[in-house]
Amino acid sequence: MAYQILLNIVIALIWAFLQNSYTGVDFLVGYVIGILILFVLRRFLKFDFYFRRVWAFIKLTLLFFKELIKANIDVIKIILSPKLNIKPGIVAVPTKLETDWELTLLAALVSLTPGTLSMDFSDDNKFIYIHAIHVPDKEEMIKQIQDTFERAILEVTK
Amino acid sequence: MNASVISEVIAGVFILIGTLFILFSSFGIIRLPDVYTRSHAATKSTTLGVLCTLLGAFLYFWITDGYISIRLLLGIFFVFLTAPVAGHLICRAAYVTNVEIVRDTAKQRPKAEREH
Repeated sequence: MAYQILLNIVIALIWAFLQNSYTGVDFLVGYVIGILILFVLRRFLKFDFYFRRVWAFIKLTLLFFKELIKANIDVIKIILSPKLNIKPGIVAVPTKLETDWELTLLAALVSLTPGTLSMDFSDDNKFIYIHAIHVPDKEEMIKQIQDTFERAILEVTK
Repeated sequence: MNASVISEVIAGVFILIGTLFILFSSFGIIRLPDVYTRSHAATKSTTLGVLCTLLGAFLYFWITDGYISIRLLLGIFFVFLTAPVAGHLICRAAYVTNVEIVRDTAKQRPKAEREH
């Protein structure tokens, strides 16, 4: 991944040298051409074509912002309701993620999504403990959110 | 409608939305029953509130002065990076030291692994 990005930057620099003009626009054009070249040569690289991961990361960011706004509307609904009929609970959610980096990202995303807050990891990193603000009607939805986030994160780091 | 009026309107709307979010989250900190639910309100809404206010300031300076303040963008980024971690740590510290939890909380208890 990092190797491919370095290769892409080198291709962009060579493009700027060939044009004999050194502006940001030339560099950008060279970078796009480098992406195309890497796409053509993707069979010879050891890893996946890296731009797909970049695209997955952009999708994850958009999903995150959507969930953040939904979460805030949720919390404000709960706070401004005249009767606080909430049933908080702590749920253990099994995860398939392995590296520390993925788990940290998942915990941060869970903390900023509707009605959930990450609390603890089990020692073997098989479970993440989540405090949910309103459990009974949300159990399934929480699972679903976890699945979407996990799948998005796995797409990025696969 | 010249540029300065437009920028003032946009920035004003963003900053108002942000302050409203922060106000509601402080209501939540007063109303909700225990540490864990309170940290829900504190973590989520203040994050979005700070994001909106900083974004409003950023857009204002960008449209009126043509000045792109990287520091404001970095501020947004750092708030996003640190707020969920702070919520996580406060919750976990409260749980490990057995701070009282609301009575009808359905618990799948995390193992008290690190209790000394």
